[in-house]
Amino acid sequence: MINLNVNGQTQPLEVTPETPLLYALRDHLKLNGAKYGCGMGQCGACTVLVDGRPVFSCLFPVSSVGTREVRTLESLGTTERPGPLQQAFIDHQAVQCGYCIAGMIMRAQALLEQVARPTEQQIREHMAPNLCRCGTHKRILAAIRQVADKGQRLNAGALKERA
Amino acid sequence: MKPADAPVDKSRRAFLAGSGFMVSFALFGSWRALAGETNTLGATILAPDLPGDLKIDPILDSWIKIDAQGVTVCSGKVELGTGVRTALWQIAADQLAMPLDKFKFVTADTALTPDEGYTAGSHSMADGGTAIYHAAIQVRQMLLEAAAAKLGVPTKSLMLRDGIILSGDGRQMTYEEAAQGVNLHQQAKSVSPQGDPSAYRYIGHSIPRVDIPAKVTGGTAYVQDLRLDGMLHARVVRPPNASAQLKEIDTRAIETMRGVVKVVRDGNFLAVLAEHEWEAIQAMRALRERAQWQLTQTYPTNDTIHAVLKTLPERLYVTTRENNGPVKQVLSNASAASISAPASPTRSLAMTKQYVLHGSIGPSCAVAVFRNDMLTVWTHSQGVFPLRAGIAELLGLPKENVRCIHAEGAGCYGHNGADDAACDAAVLAYRTPNRPVRVQWMRDQEAGWEPLGPAMLTEINAVTDAHGKLQSWHHALWSTPHNSRIVNAGRLIPATLLAHPAAPASPAPIPQPEGDADRNAVPLYRIPSVRVDMHFVTDMPFRTSAMRSLGAYINVTTIEGMMDDLAEQFGEDPVAYRLQHLDDPRARDVIQRAANRFGWNLATPLPEGHGIGFAFSQYKNLMGYCAIALEVKLDKAARSVRIVRVVAAVDCGQIVSPDGLTNQIEGGIVQSSSWTLYEQALVGENGVQSVDWSSYPIARFPHIPAAIEVELIDRPGAPFLGAAEIAQAPTAAALINAIKRVVGWRPLHLPVARQDSPIFA
Amino acid sequence: MKKKRKLVVAVVAALVIGAGVLFALAIKPSIDPVAKPNVALTPTLIAQGARVVALGDCVVCHTAPDGADYAGGLPLKTPFGIIYTTNITPDRATGIGTWSLEAFRRAMRQGVSRDGHLLYPAFPYIHYTKVTDHDIEAAYAFLMTRPAAYAPARTNELPLPLRFRPSLAFWNLLYLREGAQPAASDSPVDRGKYLVEGLGHCSSCHTMMGVIGGEKRREYMQGGVVDQWSAPALDQLAASPHPWVAQQIADYLSTGLAGEHGAAAGPMRPVTENLRRVPREDVEAIAAYLLSLQQPWRAPQSSAALSDLAQRIDRGKQVFAGACAECHDDGSPMRDAMGRPALTMSSAVMSPSPRNFVMTVHKGLAWPAQPDHTVYMPPFADVLTDQQIADLATYVRSTSAQPTPWPDLDKHVAELREKSP
Repeated sequence: MINLNVNGQTQPLEVTPETPLLYALRDHLKLNGAKYGCGMGQCGACTVLVDGRPVFSCLFPVSSVGTREVRTLESLGTTERPGPLQQAFIDHQAVQCGYCIAGMIMRAQALLEQVARPTEQQIREHMAPNLCRCGTHKRILAAIRQVADKGQRLNAGALKERA
Repeated sequence: MKPADAPVDKSRRAFLAGSGFMVSFALFGSWRALAGETNTLGATILAPDLPGDLKIDPILDSWIKIDAQGVTVCSGKVELGTGVRTALWQIAADQLAMPLDKFKFVTADTALTPDEGYTAGSHSMADGGTAIYHAAIQVRQMLLEAAAAKLGVPTKSLMLRDGIILSGDGRQMTYEEAAQGVNLHQQAKSVSPQGDPSAYRYIGHSIPRVDIPAKVTGGTAYVQDLRLDGMLHARVVRPPNASAQLKEIDTRAIETMRGVVKVVRDGNFLAVLAEHEWEAIQAMRALRERAQWQLTQTYPTNDTIHAVLKTLPERLYVTTRENNGPVKQVLSNASAASISAPASPTRSLAMTKQYVLHGSIGPSCAVAVFRNDMLTVWTHSQGVFPLRAGIAELLGLPKENVRCIHAEGAGCYGHNGADDAACDAAVLAYRTPNRPVRVQWMRDQEAGWEPLGPAMLTEINAVTDAHGKLQSWHHALWSTPHNSRIVNAGRLIPATLLAHPAAPASPAPIPQPEGDADRNAVPLYRIPSVRVDMHFVTDMPFRTSAMRSLGAYINVTTIEGMMDDLAEQFGEDPVAYRLQHLDDPRARDVIQRAANRFGWNLATPLPEGHGIGFAFSQYKNLMGYCAIALEVKLDKAARSVRIVRVVAAVDCGQIVSPDGLTNQIEGGIVQSSSWTLYEQALVGENGVQSVDWSSYPIARFPHIPAAIEVELIDRPGAPFLGAAEIAQAPTAAALINAIKRVVGWRPLHLPVARQDSPIFA
Repeated sequence: MKKKRKLVVAVVAALVIGAGVLFALAIKPSIDPVAKPNVALTPTLIAQGARVVALGDCVVCHTAPDGADYAGGLPLKTPFGIIYTTNITPDRATGIGTWSLEAFRRAMRQGVSRDGHLLYPAFPYIHYTKVTDHDIEAAYAFLMTRPAAYAPARTNELPLPLRFRPSLAFWNLLYLREGAQPAASDSPVDRGKYLVEGLGHCSSCHTMMGVIGGEKRREYMQGGVVDQWSAPALDQLAASPHPWVAQQIADYLSTGLAGEHGAAAGPMRPVTENLRRVPREDVEAIAAYLLSLQQPWRAPQSSAALSDLAQRIDRGKQVFAGACAECHDDGSPMRDAMGRPALTMSSAVMSPSPRNFVMTVHKGLAWPAQPDHTVYMPPFADVLTDQQIADLATYVRSTSAQPTPWPDLDKHVAELREKSP
């Protein structure tokens, strides 16, 4: 039994300690946000935030999480009430197949919580761990820029405030 | 017949005249399908005179159903990440005069929708969109007429607003009410009432895609997200290569692992089922470690594959076009050795391409359940109907007892592992009744077992007159099939691994004018005499199949390289030279629009290491037109090539979703530039060696073009033309043409910007 | 009294002479600027220069992470403070655009800038002093034909006494042995020696530094530490329990990967990226010379027995399953792809020091700047706890040919997290 703090709620999970966070989130907590892409930390589809840092959940044993706070795409908003970055991806239709997008949003969220107005190059370098195969990069960058250009760091506690 | 010892006359005309040497099987003068034929996407033609896919399902209520619950529109096409679901929905909405959210839209389910074969080849708008366009407006007309009769007013006096029929006297009627007593189960007509493009609220407008909100918020959006009650997680263990034989395996220790429900072994087919996903992965690893395989075959390598392709068994397909008339394709029984290029061409150009991966970001996945004699499979296959037939054949079930339902996966860009993973799930669920089974391939399995995009060689010899005007053109190419779709059970990988394997159907190319490896090999340019020899290699060292744009990718790259080289040789501007050889006004238009917007001028001085390139093609010579102009920066010290700016001009007929179309073109440009600069599947003596993103690197954020501009040319009222693949080939061609201007010579071997590439020397 | 007086005279004389010597050593004349490079910039010479500059690793230190090639600005973290590398592009204002060949040669051989000020020995002139006139000229031709980049030198972050550059004269007195030209020889060992001791300046990392930043001559090539990574002993390659052969060394240098030993990581990785661009015969020569240096095996100190070894290994195995096995498991296709070695054969795992194992777990192996078939590993510093890293290290090492646990592992792991850059 392992206690995990996910999206503001601590819950006990029946998983073995080495289980990668990705499978705890998808299989046990039934969350769709983190995607399986490679299982090797090479594509970023599984990106979630642990204490605000973007990590590959596919290689992150749940036993390593400890009391750190895990945040997934679901913490940023809902289909009815998307968060600011999610809304920016909708505004720019920054999706083709969309499979990589959950990871893209979470990695960008980490940057925008830390840096108020990142430069284009900063954004590109920051996003480099995440792969998109459809070629939606320009729109992803535009969506991130829409939020970045507001010049205010994103709030890390968006979900809790709404709840 | 010529006597066997007669000298071989190598001239093209003599070759074609030797009719005893060939079997003619198709004429495309008036390109028109016949009833009973199968179209290029695997669906059967029933009504050749009807528009779009009404040809394959002419019954109106296959497409539009109206019952007490309301209106449901059905499409056999699937969402592959192109936004086509929204675009088709838009068409239905305008033709039915209903808002998007007032009717249901169902795609690709063998139990509910028309069989439109595969969602592939940029056909969805041209065929599927056209069918809905006509079916919807015909149904609307029938409803109006029925309402007029019920209300006792002339049809013309009725108005439509938001799916409600209004009469001048204030009475109104819903579609459901109007539909009572109307028989929609009848054949569509070949001619529809005219729509009014100016009244469209959806067609031609950038409607936000319906699938995006769930995708950006963690909703259930993909087959990977399906969680059925009692669902088991399965993992397969694949051999190290397709010819390996399982020697022995002791599975007892695995059966007792935590969560494991069972291990399945049947011949070379190995899988494990467990209660939880992580348990399945751990069991898979243990199974993999214990499996001993006998390697029975050695494979060609990246260095040898092109030489090997020229030696393997092949069929020779010859396509000709005389005096810019229709193309004619024949299967020749001449030996490859007996043909050769024309003597003394003005220029020659030969190129090669390595194997490439589709490289879906999400490895293939499927869920299946076998319950009450009914096998249901959720799959991201591009063709649920052909898949159903293959699975039914493999398991010996009647087709009616197999239902395949499309659920989205990650983008596939052609024939990837989707069907094979669905077959895995079907095989395992069939052996585990009443429990849903979810199969998820691992990354290395996707990379190692997806059909590859074929390695190819092309050789063009062109003859011009003294002024550079093209006179004749000979294009020879070598490739394994680009179409190994599921036409029988044996085309499904699991079926080939079982102890009693099914044999794959023998390969057959998609015929001209759509083409296979020879797609777009016939130039659109005005040339009195064109011949294409497709050496269709039937013995595949590696399984190959459709990948976005098929052979057009390298054929157009070679053609457009030749056009550039000829222009240079005759002192012509490359854009002007192309225009001199083009009559089609729409082709000329995209070229001029791209050149103007880009500010094409070879005389403009550029910074050191920069170069510009131009290219054009009309996809399949039938579909969307696309011209690309771009500027590259080549940095030899950093060993990098970056696209500084790219301009695309496209014409896809009447545009349904301008933003959706732009998104497709942008994506095509980025993906094609990654293919062209970096991508090559590593193959070696033991088979495919690219197993992850470090052994198959693709472009990341820092490498993508700095600026992409897309100019759309709308043609209201003109037929929808496919768009999803049209940027692949001209992007590659323009990129190579630009690099040539920087380094001073033409790179001939794709990909061109690997770190050991001579362009950096 | 007389004696005392004599002593005073002697001391004063010594001071005066010392000051004079210092002055002579520390104050170098400026060399006149030139309007353009004063050698013929032929393609042949430039091509030779590219090879020399690659062998000398110039671009590695003289390029900042986001800067233009050779424009300097990379912070070098020395035990004494941070020194920023300088701009060696031909920019006339901030680079070496006004340098003549003579000024360039003096800098390479004596560590003196064109204007006469002394350069910090982070610039390996004590090695470059062995480079031939012809190679120096070629390097000059190559650098002078790079794109000029405006990049003013950044201010070094050094304590006050070290900011006084003439003090470097004493250092030079101790460590600079100027100008010996190599014997002209075709033998690979001699060529290798030239490359290793001269251009390649290998010992500046692979030999421990003394307190004032000079290489300890008696511990030549016995290994050093750079940015918390271990630069392994190069005189133990053949004698180690898992010996290297010439071809493996050459492969490692030219591809960053040796099939039996592992991938280049940390500061060595960019070195191999450079060596990829030199002819194979050069890396083969380096291998030949290194193999001529081999000494008998110096067995590492043995570690105290751990009472909880079995539990550590067990926990480490779990961490391995969740974080590492996808790539490194027996039977994983990733483990065998492109000739990658099993972890059990990795030099980092079998090294006497846990540094490189721990640093690799922390940092991973980054993607190259341009897409390329490569060896990649994600970083785990933000993932695993110190305890997990130590357990993992113990487990992985237990599966290798050097299964005894690393001594003081927990301490090393904690220190490396704190200190690693």
